[in-house]
Amino acid sequence: MRIALFLLFLLALASVPGSIFPQRGTAPARVSQYLREHPKSGPILDRLHLFDVFASPWFAAIYLLLFISLAGCVIPRAFEYWRELRSEPPTAPRNLSRLGVYESWRTTTSASDALAKTAVNWEAKGWRVKVGDTYVSAEKGYAREFGNLVFHLALLGLLVAVGAGSSYGFRGTVIVREETGFANNVTQYDSFTPGRSYSATSLPPFSFSLTDFHAKYQSGGMQSGAAREFHADVLVKANPEAREVKFRIKVNEPLRVAGVTVYLVGHGYSPEFTVRDSKGKIVWQDAAIFLPQDANFTSNGVVKAPDSVPQLGFQGYFLPTVTSDFSQGPRSIFPAPDDPQVFLSAWSGDLGLDSGLPQSVYQLDTQKMKRIGIEELSPGEKWKLPRGQGVIEFTGFKQWAAFSLARDPGKGWALGFAIFAIAGLTMSLLIPRRRVWLRVAEHAEGGILCEVGGLAKTQAPGLPAEVTRLSLIVKESAPEVLSD
Amino acid sequence: MINESLAQTSNMLVYAAMTGYVVAMVAFAISLSKSRRIETLQETAARVSAVSPAARQGGTATLADASVSTALSDGDVLGSGRRSGNIGMSVTWLATLLLGAAIICRGLSASRLPWGNMYEFSLAAGFSIAFAYCVLSLKRDLRWLGLFIVVPVLLDLGIAATILYTDSAELVPALQSYWLAIHVTAATVCVGAFTVGAALSALYLVAERAEAKVIAGEEPGRIAFLANRLPTADRLDLMAYRIHAFMFPIWTFAVISGAIWAEAAWGRYWGWDPKETWAFITWVIYAAYLHARVTVGWRGRKAAYIALAGISAILINYFVVNILIPGLHSYSGVK
Repeated sequence: MRIALFLLFLLALASVPGSIFPQRGTAPARVSQYLREHPKSGPILDRLHLFDVFASPWFAAIYLLLFISLAGCVIPRAFEYWRELRSEPPTAPRNLSRLGVYESWRTTTSASDALAKTAVNWEAKGWRVKVGDTYVSAEKGYAREFGNLVFHLALLGLLVAVGAGSSYGFRGTVIVREETGFANNVTQYDSFTPGRSYSATSLPPFSFSLTDFHAKYQSGGMQSGAAREFHADVLVKANPEAREVKFRIKVNEPLRVAGVTVYLVGHGYSPEFTVRDSKGKIVWQDAAIFLPQDANFTSNGVVKAPDSVPQLGFQGYFLPTVTSDFSQGPRSIFPAPDDPQVFLSAWSGDLGLDSGLPQSVYQLDTQKMKRIGIEELSPGEKWKLPRGQGVIEFTGFKQWAAFSLARDPGKGWALGFAIFAIAGLTMSLLIPRRRVWLRVAEHAEGGILCEVGGLAKTQAPGLPAEVTRLSLIVKESAPEVLSD
Repeated sequence: MINESLAQTSNMLVYAAMTGYVVAMVAFAISLSKSRRIETLQETAARVSAVSPAARQGGTATLADASVSTALSDGDVLGSGRRSGNIGMSVTWLATLLLGAAIICRGLSASRLPWGNMYEFSLAAGFSIAFAYCVLSLKRDLRWLGLFIVVPVLLDLGIAATILYTDSAELVPALQSYWLAIHVTAATVCVGAFTVGAALSALYLVAERAEAKVIAGEEPGRIAFLANRLPTADRLDLMAYRIHAFMFPIWTFAVISGAIWAEAAWGRYWGWDPKETWAFITWVIYAAYLHARVTVGWRGRKAAYIALAGISAILINYFVVNILIPGLHSYSGVK
């Protein structure tokens, strides 16, 4: 028990850095930022696994030791419990009046009769009973130890379910624009993390398309701009042959299809542009995904037009509601598209796409480019680039939604074990193990002295009342007779 | 949308409740200063010394004995602090009902469950602490405990009204789920009851220290001023244990219901978000408390310290994690 206590403390202590330092699992961007800002201490902390505490060998060592100590404690106790279940209650102590709860009275019934009837009646009340020559022993509350065992075994099961679930499942994220779709295929994911034993070829072939994304925000008051509702309307096909079904994904209402759960985790704006080159030919026409930078959805992104000569690139901001105060640069003052505008800077030269190095679709590599101007545009406005290098038109905007897709075959098991754990825990904390004895002896004034005493191994607030009830049962067959 | 007059009424009721708790605090303080424990420290020392060390470990018999219980029991001789204790108790009831009404008005003003930001959580937690105390006081005399309940409630409400205050508004989408009613309610009830448990454990430490000194034949010193006004240490320990043992499965349920909600909202039932991490730490600490209570050499003083570590983890999870550490549970509403 002391080892378990020590390991419990160690586990609590080991979790603390996981909440202080940013963790790769939940906030990879903040980890990179931390490493950039702390070039000296960062790598040392990283080597100590402080940015992925819960996947670190030392954290695993603690919880594995804890579970070994748990198993080492619970399994022998389970056998002990099995033996106890089949053994009889212990012999009555010599002096029942020393017990915490005690009653006695005089009766004239025969001793053997009182003992036999009491044994039957107590047993009928769910007590395990043993009859001796001058006493009846009764014991109850075996469910306490049973609950205790169930609780600890369920914890072991929970750990296995958590491990197996992540090993046989996967997680992925994808950004889908309005009027486009997603087919469940590794190439379509923006990020994909399969479990250790999960094969990516076994992805179920469902698909969905985003028909409409809707967001509503609070206007006015202290919490102006706080989101009040968002939902994504999708058309789902459970497999290529299935019929399309409408579904509305909300934050707390994921889409569950083909064993995969699809969650709405984010959203943003996608301004639409048409880019023409110097000859008036359309070289780019699409909606570009811009990533939100703040709570008011000041979003930035890029457009790359490699087919124009020279190549054109644009980077800039989409502002759903443009500020009138530009002292802090272009920014949005409200998340809803009440007064949308884009601020673009145009670049011409070599986009660097032919170098073979992978490039982010959200960043412009301007090493071999020259800035040729900046401009702000409202929807429908065109910008003629200097020296006739082309025209860009801001035609409108769409919204996009970010989805997280996950399969975790262990979660049902984990829930089941968690329910068993609570049930076992409740039993083990609320049911006391207690023993009650009836002892008969010759009374000094003739007749029989009946004594009933009770003892609990643990706190048993109800024991006095219980002993009184059991005494009443004895009195049915051995009624109290006052001394004459 | 938002019913402003109901929101105003709610704010007024919060201030009314705080006024009530201030009155109760004064009354309880007067009551405590006048009261004396029924079994003196010397009597406790004699009683404890008479019992063999082995029997002391598991003894239940003596604890059921009412004669060693609370300081303000209706004994004729010892009840000089009774009247102010009664005033404190009645005013605490009144203030708690006012606070309950404030929470209801707040909910009605936005037509939703009123636990959507830290101001509202704090009102609910304050209510939960006070209500747990009021309910427990129905069965036994807890007037001696009043001061140690009303002060944390006042602190909580004070922080809520000054630092955490947020106007009544609709819920953010992440909280629009029936799990809000289940998960947050369970967690809030636990915070309230664990606070009462922690107050008992802290008082136990005071009483135990004084008793230990007397048993060792020393002068109890200044600590006796408070210890002389409290129930015996074994009684305090038993009460603290009962609350913690009763709440631990509920806390486990709060954590698990949070995991179920997280599965529906974020796509995983456990992700070591800072809030989840601290809920886990809290769970581990209270699990350690329950184990310590049945481990020789850990029961008593050390177990009480573990209980205090538990409430510290809850407070860290509430104030530090909500406000300072970025994570998914960022519903503080504090800007």
